Amino acid sequence: METIILFAPLVGALIAGFGWRLITEAGAQWVSTSLVGLACLLSWIVFLGHDGQMEQIQILRWIESGSLSTDWAIRLDRLTAIMLVVINSVSFLVHLYSFGYMAHDENFRPGESYRPRFFAYLSFFTFAMLTLVTADNLVQMFFGWEGVGVASYLLIGFYYRKPSANAAAMKAFIVNRVGDFGFALGIFALFFLADSINFSDVFAAAPQMARTELNFLGLDFQAVEIVSLLLFIGAMGKSAQLLLHTWLPDAMEGPTPVSALIHAATMVTAGVFLVCRMSPILEFAPDAKAIIVFIGASTAFFAATVGLVQNDIKRVIAYSTCSQLGYMFVAAGSGVYSVAMFHLFTHAFFKALLFLGAGSVIHAMHHEQDMRNYGALRKKIPYTYWAMMIGTLAITGVGIPLTHFGFAGFLSKDAIIESAYAGATPYAFWLLVLAAAMTSFYSWRLIFLTFHGKARGDHHTHDHAHESPAVMLVPLGVLSLGAIFAGMLWYAPFFGDEARVQRWFGMPVTAAAHGAVEEAHGPVDAATELAEGDLDHAAEAIVEETLVEGEHADMGEAAHVPTAAEVAVARPGQGAIYMAPGNDVIDEAHHAPVWVKVSPFVAMLLGLSLAYLMYIRRPDLPGKLAANQRPLYNFLLNKWYFDELYDFVFVRPAQAIGRFLWTRGDGSVIDGGINGVAMGIVPFFTRLAGRAQNGYVFTYAFAMVLGLALILTWMTLAGGAE
Amino acid sequence: MGNLLSLTTFIPLLGAGILALFLRGDDAAAQRNAKWVALATTVFTFLVSLFILADFDPAAPGFQFVEDRQWLLGLRYKLGVDGISLLFVMLTTFLMPLVIAACWDVTHRVKEYMIAFLVLETLMIGVFVALDLVLFYLFFEASLIPMFLIIGIWGGKNRIYASFKFFLYTFLGSVLMLVAMVAMFAQAGTTDIPTLMAYNFSSQTFPILGVQILGGVQTLLWFAFFASFAVKMPMWPVHTWLPDAHVQAPTAGSVVLAAILLKMGGYGFLRFSLPMFPVASEIWAPLVLWLSAIAIVYTSLVALVQKDIKKLIAYSSVAHMGFVTAGIFALNQQGLDGAVFQMISHGFISGALFLGVGVIYDRMHTREIDAYGGLVNRMPAYAAVFLLFTMANVGLPGTSGFVGEFLTLMGMFQANTWVAAVATTGVIFSAAYALYLYRRVVMGDLIKESLKSITDMTAREKWIFAPLVVMTILLGVYPSLVTDITGPSVAALVDQVEVAVAAHGSQSAVAAAEVAAPAQH
Repeated sequence: METIILFAPLVGALIAGFGWRLITEAGAQWVSTSLVGLACLLSWIVFLGHDGQMEQIQILRWIESGSLSTDWAIRLDRLTAIMLVVINSVSFLVHLYSFGYMAHDENFRPGESYRPRFFAYLSFFTFAMLTLVTADNLVQMFFGWEGVGVASYLLIGFYYRKPSANAAAMKAFIVNRVGDFGFALGIFALFFLADSINFSDVFAAAPQMARTELNFLGLDFQAVEIVSLLLFIGAMGKSAQLLLHTWLPDAMEGPTPVSALIHAATMVTAGVFLVCRMSPILEFAPDAKAIIVFIGASTAFFAATVGLVQNDIKRVIAYSTCSQLGYMFVAAGSGVYSVAMFHLFTHAFFKALLFLGAGSVIHAMHHEQDMRNYGALRKKIPYTYWAMMIGTLAITGVGIPLTHFGFAGFLSKDAIIESAYAGATPYAFWLLVLAAAMTSFYSWRLIFLTFHGKARGDHHTHDHAHESPAVMLVPLGVLSLGAIFAGMLWYAPFFGDEARVQRWFGMPVTAAAHGAVEEAHGPVDAATELAEGDLDHAAEAIVEETLVEGEHADMGEAAHVPTAAEVAVARPGQGAIYMAPGNDVIDEAHHAPVWVKVSPFVAMLLGLSLAYLMYIRRPDLPGKLAANQRPLYNFLLNKWYFDELYDFVFVRPAQAIGRFLWTRGDGSVIDGGINGVAMGIVPFFTRLAGRAQNGYVFTYAFAMVLGLALILTWMTLAGGAE
Repeated sequence: MGNLLSLTTFIPLLGAGILALFLRGDDAAAQRNAKWVALATTVFTFLVSLFILADFDPAAPGFQFVEDRQWLLGLRYKLGVDGISLLFVMLTTFLMPLVIAACWDVTHRVKEYMIAFLVLETLMIGVFVALDLVLFYLFFEASLIPMFLIIGIWGGKNRIYASFKFFLYTFLGSVLMLVAMVAMFAQAGTTDIPTLMAYNFSSQTFPILGVQILGGVQTLLWFAFFASFAVKMPMWPVHTWLPDAHVQAPTAGSVVLAAILLKMGGYGFLRFSLPMFPVASEIWAPLVLWLSAIAIVYTSLVALVQKDIKKLIAYSSVAHMGFVTAGIFALNQQGLDGAVFQMISHGFISGALFLGVGVIYDRMHTREIDAYGGLVNRMPAYAAVFLLFTMANVGLPGTSGFVGEFLTLMGMFQANTWVAAVATTGVIFSAAYALYLYRRVVMGDLIKESLKSITDMTAREKWIFAPLVVMTILLGVYPSLVTDITGPSVAALVDQVEVAVAAHGSQSAVAAAEVAAPAQH
C-alpha cells in the first residue's frame, strides 16, 4: 500500500505530462488528480491504522560503492505517516482547487495548453516530496530534497514569459543549493563516521559519535555537533530560515495553488522534518540544538516584522510562513520534536487555507495582489471571507486560555511557546511571544484591509469581483475543518503526557506514568483525548518507571515494580523520534507558570486590538506612522535589505571574479605568461599553415591518417599470423 | 570469438577503408552513401561490443578477452579489458552512431569527415583496450590527428588557431610520457602493461641537483605521465586549450572531444599512474586534489560570465573533470567508483549538451547567448530536453550526474575535508551558471525577430537525444549497472595502492633504521 502511495503521483505526473495529447487536457487533469486522491485516501488509512512500529520496504538497489550501500526503500514510521497525510491531503485539495484557479490564465495566450503541464508538475512535486519523507537513508532523502527543489523551480517559473518569475525560480534553486551544500557535507561526514548512511545504522552509531571527534576544515569538532550543524544548514535552505530565507518571498511569483502546496504546507517544512528525523543525532548535540533554537527564534521574529508592512497579500502570508517555520525549529531545537511536528501538521492546514483563500481573493479581483486596492470584499466573496477568517483565527491562536479548546494554531503554537519557556533560552521565548503579537497584527491587518473598510483601487475590478466556483470552495471548506479541529483532535498524541507521546511515536515508554492514567488511554478517540489534558498532573507524583508495550496497559503490570532489566531505556533509533533520558521538556512545559501559558493569548489580543485600531477605527494612522518612522518603515518594507546585501556581497563579486579569472587568469597569465604556447608558438604555426595552401595541408594530413591506419592494420594482420 | 576486441577496434577502420577506396564523387548521392556507410559501421561496432559486455564477468579479477600476439620488432600486440576499461569501450561504441547521426546535415567534404570519425573511433577504442605501452602510445597519440583535422577543416572561423593550440598542448604533454615509457622499458625490460602494473618501481628518495625527490623514480615517472594526462583531462591550469577547441569544433567534434577524448586522461590515471606508481600517487595526491578543487571553483566562476554557449559548457566540462581527478586521487573506493561513474555519465551529459547547442546553432548560426531568449515558446520539446540535461549537468539526484558527483565528493571527504568542502561549493556554482544559461536562452518571452520562425527539433534530432535521455536517467536511478562492473576492478586497484604504500612505509622505516644504526656504533 505504501508503494502505491509513493508511485501513484509519479504515474499521474508522467501521464499528464507526456500523454495529455492522447487523453485531452481535461483527462490529464482528472488522471493526475484522482491518482493523488487515491494516494491521499490510502495515506489516511495508513495514518489511522499505524501502530508506531517501524516498517521497511525495499524497492530497488541504488548507489553502491564499497561499504556504501543504499537502496530505494520506504521507511514507514509515525513521522512518515504524519507527513503522508499532510502531503497527500493538501496536494489533493490543491489539485482540485487548480481546476478552477488555472481554468483561464491570462499569462498564456488563447489556445496554449498549459494545464496538463501544471498538473504534471504538481503531481511530480508530490512524488518527490513523498520520496523525501519515506526515505530510509539520507541519499534518498537528498533525492526527494532536490526533487522538490526542481519541482519548485519549475512551478515558480511556470509563467515563463515573466522575467520576474524566471528570476525567482532561479534564485530559489540556487539559494536552496547553498543549503544543500551543507546537507551534502553532512551526509559525507556521517558516512565517514558511521560507515553507512542508512538511518537505522546512523542512529545506532549516535552514542558512539557523541564520543568521537571529527577534524573538519582543520578544526576538531565533536562529531555529532558538526554533523547536526551541517544538516541543519540544509534545513535552513529548504525551510527558508534566516540568512537563507530570501528565496521564499520571491517564490510567490508562482501560481497561488503552488504557493499553498509547496511554499506553505509541504516543501518548506521538509527542513523541520529533517531535524525531527535526525533527532537521535541531535539529542547528543546540545550546542547544535542551541543554534537551531537561536536561528529559529530569530527567523520567527524577523519574518514577522517584515510581514507587518508588506502590501502584497501573498507576500504577507509568505513571511508569515517563514515566521511559523521558525517556531517549529525552536520546538525541535528545544528537544520536543513531537511539538515541532504538531505545529507542522496544524500549520499545513491553516496556511494552505490562507493561501488558497488568498488565491480565491486574487481570482475574484482579476489577479490584483496589492491589498491597498482591496477593501470591503466581505459581502462580495462571503465564503472566501469566512475561510480566511477561520485561517486567521487558527494562525493567530484563538482559543480558551488554560484549556485545550481552540483553533489548531492555538494548541500547537502555545505548545511551542511553553516548550520554549521550559527547554530553550529566554531569548527564544520572548522573541516568540513578540512574534505571536506581530503575527496577530499582520494577519488581522490582512483581513481588515481585504474584507473590511471601503473599497479602494479600480472600482471596475471591484464591481466584477465574484465568488470562486465550487471546485475552489470545497478545498477551502475541507481545510477549514482541519484548521478548526486538527489541534484539538491530535493534541494528546503530540503534546499530551509523555507516555502518550512516546507510545504514539513508537518509542519505549519511559515516562513516569500512573496506571490509572494509562488505562484511560483508549484507542485514538478524540473525545477522551480532549478530557485528558487535566490528568497530566496526576502522573507527576509517581516515580516508578513502567514499561507499557501495547495501547492498553494492564493494571497489574503497571503496578508491578520493574527490575533494572525491565526499565525501558530508549535507544537512539527506536521509534520515530528520540528523546534522550533527561529530556523532560514536555513535562516541564506542562508545568509552566500560568503567565507563560496565557502570554501568547495576550499577545494575540494585543495584535488584534492594534490592527483593529489602525485599520478599522483610524485608517489614517498607518500612513502617518509610516511617514513619522520613515527609516524604520523602509527598513522593514525592504526586508531588512537582505537582497541588496547579498547582491553586493555575493552576486556581484562572483561575476567580477569570474570575469577577472577569465580575462586575466586564462587570458593573460595562463595563455600568455606561463606557457607562452598559445600566444607565441600557436600563432607561429598558424601563420605557417596559413602560408601553405589549404588543400595542400589537407591532403598531407589525410595521408598521415591513412598511412598510420594502414600500418596499424598491416601490423595487426602480420603480427597475428605468427 | 577470441578476437572480439580486435574486431570491435578495427571494424570502424574497415568502414573508413571502404569509404576511402570505393566511394567516388562528391555529389548528393555519394554524400548520402558516405553517411549511411559510416552509420552502419558504427552501429555494427556497437552491436559487436555488446557481445563483450554480455560475456564479461565482473567478478573475475584481471583482464579478460586478452589477445596477445607477436608483433614486429619484437613488440607485442596485446589487447584486453577489465571492469574499468570495458565501460569506456562501451561508451565509445554507444556514442559514435549518435555522433554520425548528428553530422547528417554536413555538406563539406562529407566522405573525409566520415572517414575521420571512423578512424577516430578505432583509435579511441584502441586506447582503452591496448595492454602494451607502445600500442597504447600509438593509439593515444594518433587519436590527436583526426581530431586535429576535424577542428581544423570542419571548424568555425578561428579553427586554425584552435586546432594548433589543441594539438600542441596535448602533444607537448605526451612527449614527456614517451620519455617515461622508454625509461620504464629500460628498467623493467617489458612494455607489457599488466606486468608493469605489478612491477615495483623504486620509491626510494634520492637527490637530483641537491633537491630530494620524494618517492624517487616513481615520482619522476608519475610526473611525466601526469603532464600528459593532466593536459588531456584537462586540469587547471592547462585547460585553456579546451574552450577554444570546443568553440571552433563542429558539433560532432565537440561531442567526441567532451564525451570520449577527455576521458583518456582519466583512464590514463587509472591504468598507469595509480597501479604503476602507487607510492608517488599517494605522495602527490594532495597536489592533484587541490588542483582539482581550484579547477572546480575557478572554471565554474569563469563559466558564469561566458557569453558563448559552447564556451560556457566547455568550462563546465573542465569543472566536472575536476570531480574526476579529485575522485581518483582520493584513493578510496568511493572516490574511484565515483570518478569512473562521473566520466561515463559526463560522456552522456556533455555529449547531449553539445548536441543541444548544435541544434540551435544549425538554425541560427550563432552561439552568442544574447542572440537567444524565449525558445520555449516555439521549441517546447527542445526546452524539455535541454532542461533535463541542464539538471543532469548540475548533478540532480535521479540523473547520472548526481551519482558521480556524490561518490567522488564522498571519497574526497575521507581524504581531505578542506578539498571536499571547496569542491562541494561546485554544486552551488554549477546551479548558478547552468540555470542562468537556461534562463537566458530558453525562458522568457520570445521577442527577437530573428527567432520568430525557429522550429522545434526534427524527428532525427529527437532520436539522437532519446538514447542519451534513457541512459542519463537509467544510470541515475540504477547506477549498479556501472558500479557492479567497476566495483571489483576498483577494489583491487585500491588494495594494490594501499599495499604498496604500506610496503613503502615499512621500507622507509627499515631504511631509516639502517641510517640510524651506524650512527650508534
